Amino acid sequence: MTVHDVRLENVTKQFAEVTAVDDMSLDVESGKFYAFLGPSGCGKTTTLRMIGGFEEPTEGTIYLGDRTVTGLPPYKRDVNTVFQSYALFPHLTVFENVAFGLRRRGVKKQLLRGQVDEMLRIVGLEGYGGRRPKQLSGGQQQRVALARALVNRPRVLLLDEPLGALDLKLRKEMQLELKRIQHEMGFTFIHVTHDQEEAMTMADRIVVMNRGRIEQLGDPAELYERPRTAFVASFLGVSNLLPGVVAGPELVRLESGQELRVAAGVLNGHTGAVSVGIRPEKVRIGGDGANRLAGQIVERAYVGVSTQYVVKTDVGQVSVYVQGAGAHVPGEQLQLSFDPESAFVVSRSEEDRP
Amino acid sequence: MRLLHRQKGAIPYMLLAPGMAWLLVFFVVPMWYLAKMSLSSGLFPLFNFGWAWGNFHDAISLYKPQFVRSGQYAAIATAIALVVSYPLAYWIAFRGGRWKNLFLLLVIAPFFVTYLIRTLAWQTILSDNGVIVKTLQHVGILGSDGRLLATSAAVIAGITYNFLPFMVLPLYVSLEQVDQRLIEAAEDLYASKPRAFMRVTLPLSLPGVFAGVLLTFIPAAGDFINAQLLGTPRQYMIGNVIQSEFLAVRDYPTAAALSFVLMAAILVLVLVFARILGTERLTVSHV
Ligand SMILES: Nc1ncnc2c1ncn2[C@@H]1O[C@H](COP(=O)(O)OP(=O)(O)O)[C@@H](O)[C@H]1O
Ligand SMILES: [Mg+2]
Repeated sequence: MTVHDVRLENVTKQFAEVTAVDDMSLDVESGKFYAFLGPSGCGKTTTLRMIGGFEEPTEGTIYLGDRTVTGLPPYKRDVNTVFQSYALFPHLTVFENVAFGLRRRGVKKQLLRGQVDEMLRIVGLEGYGGRRPKQLSGGQQQRVALARALVNRPRVLLLDEPLGALDLKLRKEMQLELKRIQHEMGFTFIHVTHDQEEAMTMADRIVVMNRGRIEQLGDPAELYERPRTAFVASFLGVSNLLPGVVAGPELVRLESGQELRVAAGVLNGHTGAVSVGIRPEKVRIGGDGANRLAGQIVERAYVGVSTQYVVKTDVGQVSVYVQGAGAHVPGEQLQLSFDPESAFVVSRSEEDRP
Repeated sequence: MRLLHRQKGAIPYMLLAPGMAWLLVFFVVPMWYLAKMSLSSGLFPLFNFGWAWGNFHDAISLYKPQFVRSGQYAAIATAIALVVSYPLAYWIAFRGGRWKNLFLLLVIAPFFVTYLIRTLAWQTILSDNGVIVKTLQHVGILGSDGRLLATSAAVIAGITYNFLPFMVLPLYVSLEQVDQRLIEAAEDLYASKPRAFMRVTLPLSLPGVFAGVLLTFIPAAGDFINAQLLGTPRQYMIGNVIQSEFLAVRDYPTAAALSFVLMAAILVLVLVFARILGTERLTVSHV
């Protein structure tokens, strides 16, 4: 049986004219690392703030465990937040920042010292307890913010783009570190980000959001291999989308009249206008796949690990990535092919959505 | 190149020069003159410098009640101003919305009228034939011969009123700077609203409390207008004594000695106060 830590039921948040979150329903499974992924303004922060208790939903219900928390103030909710700006208390030492939640809950002095020190050790800030937040680097402040939330052992930890202010190298380090800490402590994490790579690196489950709605929820491989909407297909990595119509249980007819084969079940639920999607690295040069396209190379870019071609075909331009330094040159005519198993299908009515 | 460098190095000092000159002419020179005068003896207009330390002894022993009263009145007025101003400044900073500037303008509106005129107006308002006294007598809060004017309460109220903006403004500035996200963070960490206030907002506004208390207490302790216009000689403060020693009695040495004692007393109080609030907390920025 799966345990749900957070449940959103038809949650809507309206700010004046803006609908920040639109009829969102979600079950967050206990002990998993979730990422809310989506472009800026899609409602990630608002969703997080509603779970934390800083905003009330206009409609719908939020549960923590099996308890309704709609209407409860933040301090009565068993969740803690790592704020985007860290929001460390400048007048308190690192130790007191971390101890803040424990003190408010009346944890005994003898226990408190040990818990805070242990937490500082986990985030790699042993011996920094006496400093002020101002005396720390951005990365260290980030760790304090994390320790300050985690030390309370909340049911759910909410993280709002906590790595956004860090430079690339530090961000990569912290991604792995956060994952390690989550694993070590076993709490549910909900991590907000607009960086698909970050979401893929860290999360067990990714909730892709767009315009206040959930586009798709799944594990990283699932989302990458089988995106269900054009938005997801292009937000997570690069996709070639070839427009056509459903022409059989495993068959899509492209506008050129050519038919492409897709794996069994991929077309389930789809009718009419669809696009066949194929990742550039799944397209091969040469004619051994079941689906073939003829075209001419218009661009070539060598980027070290791969060579990226843009090939003009009669169904549109197709990106192709091949490993290493490819031998083909612009102007060359060639055959492309891919396996039905590598292709996915998205509905075109969604793609055309305003 | 070298020359240019040197010139560049001199620019900050050149920019400082007018300020330093100002301080020298209008602070250091008068202080020097005052210090010399406080140790002089003789009769107006001929005073001779001569290490007359007795001036200080006389000043303190003769006018001890006025010193004590100045301290008391100023302390009470400062305390009342703090209690009144904190909620006001808090409300303007956090709830003022787009009317913030209007509210601030209202706070300093009395400053558009001269200090003296404002206090004279209060003299009229509190006068024995005024509406307030008559009404209070009518409802029995004041006896039939009860007065407001010429009481300690009137003087303290006058001081509080006159210096209130000096309390409100620094409080407002420090509260305005308190990052709302810190309050959210406190609530996230299990602090109820009152606790978040006690643990976050209040400590972060202490620099404003410190500034407001100083800006109110210091001029209040040296004030003489309120005691003169709203009180009687029985309410006179040390400022009244200094004023009359200078302008009426023309005993400059005593007046100068009194001024120094007052300055020293205030300085000591300020240092003690800074110690109590903790200098470290005051220097922590809000960022
Ligand atoms: N307090 C608010 N008042 C009005 N509009 C808001 C408020 N907070 C968020 N919004 C709007 O709601 C939408 C979603 O915002 P947000 O949840 O912050 O997005 P994200 O975190 O995904 O970038 C945006 O259009 C934003 O302008
Ligand atoms: Mg956001």
